[in-house]
Amino acid sequence: MHPLLFVLGIPLTGGLVLAMVGHRDWARDVNVAFSLATFLAACVLTAEVVADGPQLVLQREFFIDALNVFLVALTAFVGLTTAIFSRPYMRIERDRGKMTAPRLRLYHSMYQLFSFTMLLALMTNNLGILWVAMEAATLTTVLLVSVYRTAASLEAAWKYFILCGVGIAQALFGTVLIYMAAEKVLGAEGGALLWTNLDAVKGQLDPDIVTLAFAFLFIGYGTKVGLVPLHNWLPDAHAEGPTPVSAVLSGLLLNVALYAVLRCKVLTDGALHSNLAGRLMMGFGIVSVVAAVFFLIRQKDAKRMFAYSSIEHMGLMTFAFGVGGPVATYAGLLHMTVHSLIKSAIFFAVGHATQKAGTQIMDEIRGLIRVSPTIGWGLMLGTLAILGSPPFGVFASEFLIITTAMREQPWATPLLLIALGVAFAAVFARVQPMVFGDTSVRALPHPPALIPVFVHLGLGLMLGLYIPPYLDTWYRQAAQMLGG
Amino acid sequence: MNELLAQFINLLGAGLLMLAFAMISQRRILSLIALFTVQGAVLVLSTVVVGFVTDQPHLYVSAGITFALKVVLIPLMLHRVIARLDIRWDVETLFNIPTTMLIGILVVIVAFNLAMPIAKLSTSLTRGTLGIALACVLLSFLMMITRAKAVPQVIGFLSMENGLFFAATSATYGMPMVVELGIALDVLIGVLILGVFIFQIREQFDSLDIRHLEKLKED
Repeated sequence: MHPLLFVLGIPLTGGLVLAMVGHRDWARDVNVAFSLATFLAACVLTAEVVADGPQLVLQREFFIDALNVFLVALTAFVGLTTAIFSRPYMRIERDRGKMTAPRLRLYHSMYQLFSFTMLLALMTNNLGILWVAMEAATLTTVLLVSVYRTAASLEAAWKYFILCGVGIAQALFGTVLIYMAAEKVLGAEGGALLWTNLDAVKGQLDPDIVTLAFAFLFIGYGTKVGLVPLHNWLPDAHAEGPTPVSAVLSGLLLNVALYAVLRCKVLTDGALHSNLAGRLMMGFGIVSVVAAVFFLIRQKDAKRMFAYSSIEHMGLMTFAFGVGGPVATYAGLLHMTVHSLIKSAIFFAVGHATQKAGTQIMDEIRGLIRVSPTIGWGLMLGTLAILGSPPFGVFASEFLIITTAMREQPWATPLLLIALGVAFAAVFARVQPMVFGDTSVRALPHPPALIPVFVHLGLGLMLGLYIPPYLDTWYRQAAQMLGG
Repeated sequence: MNELLAQFINLLGAGLLMLAFAMISQRRILSLIALFTVQGAVLVLSTVVVGFVTDQPHLYVSAGITFALKVVLIPLMLHRVIARLDIRWDVETLFNIPTTMLIGILVVIVAFNLAMPIAKLSTSLTRGTLGIALACVLLSFLMMITRAKAVPQVIGFLSMENGLFFAATSATYGMPMVVELGIALDVLIGVLILGVFIFQIREQFDSLDIRHLEKLKED
């Protein structure tokens, strides 16, 4: 059997097994074990791609190429570290009575199924299945967000469901239109929804249909990316759900949604011979960056603030992909990777900090470094990294994006620089007193899992200084495919 | 014969559009569910006719799934939900129905305009259907915006799915089977989750008015 099938099969099995035993005490370890197995399978798959290049599996229904291989590895990796982080986190939540046995079962089962849907969305070659997987990812995360059953979490989950449900329905309409355009070229039996087939004939697709299709697909998947003005669900879902869920939402789900947009962009660019998709993405991207920063300034809740920071960074990536060309696209892909690593590390640190302080309000969290130097430093370094301080990877990618913007889209440069500057001032001013100064927090009954925080930060640091050659090759190949 | 059947599909499309308008202005929850069921039945009929005209047997299967899901299962579940919540006879106060209808007409015009260039190119048997489908989707969207209660919002969501399904069958003769199955599964799970949510919202807020769900504002 192909390792790709293991990457999909393990989390699916995990979801079913944990649906039965997820409430047991050892279910946390089982959750980690399944995530570890998924990660190992993804490693084998990655090694095979490094050795043999892109592959089509199971009658071309699944595929793995330069654009999705690193995202699959990243998804499996962050899935694993988040499962490790969630072990002590959920134990404390249970001891405090916020999680009961049935809720834990739901949480563990949905965590695995969520990994499954994301990996399916990444590796399927079928645009229809891509849609189904994105919708299924919404459904599983809705259950994860609402797991505390408080008034606020119910509200967040309802909003999330309705907004993303409506948004993603638009994407289905777009998919139908793409199918309509492709059917004329490929015929009904020719696998007219398979991306590789569409990619081969993209020059012959009808431009009128594809234009309309991309508009719907972009609005649909863009809702899930969290682009302003379709972002309303995102801060609520991040703030009211359990912190491990915030980490995977920001670190993984947004990436997968952006990935869906990118796949559609390749087809649109090929069919239209114009830069319509790029211009749309630049516009929404820059609006998201600027608007998110001004929302971010006013936040009092730590998780909410970092959720807005995610919108900002997703906007920056969308902008970079919209600019197009090898350098900006390369930077966008690098930014996807480092943002995912650093942002989930921040959520791990924030999660432990909020558990220690018993609140998510930033003004009430003080002096983390006194009680727990590791969490304090983790949060501080993570914040510096996400704000773009050298030598972390975010600096490298943002530097590339801004220098390319200066050359190709000079109008955007001042907006980007101001937004990034304001974000730096605002977030740093909030986080600094949380970490230093007199303390208001107490120790936790169980030691937190801090290894994931520092592993993520270490990788983020490494990508700022050195990019492994095969990763570099993938980025280059993907950049060529996307906008080269 | 085919000409006649094509006209028949157009007629069914017009029926869907009428039903979408009726849903916008319907204030009783019970009637709303009835309208939704009829809309599902029209959809099944149009799928069967398209399947017959184009000789695509897999459309019969998808018509069967639609029938099971949207004419039997989901309406049954909705009836049980409103019976258990004791809101069968609820009448919603709607904001200014004539204005909403006028906006609805504008929405239809926009939808037809958007679909026009594509309909011209379309090789499938009916040209107007894509515009009708888009109009149904946007009208359901309008319905979701104007409703303040949870159950009508869910019905709006489902009727949007109906419009999408109509687009898929009439404009492209149906998506590949595996995709349709996936979509049906998603819809079913989605409705189940929403059903559970409705009970939880009621428990938390003692009401199904989603205006209670506006605490998480930007300050």
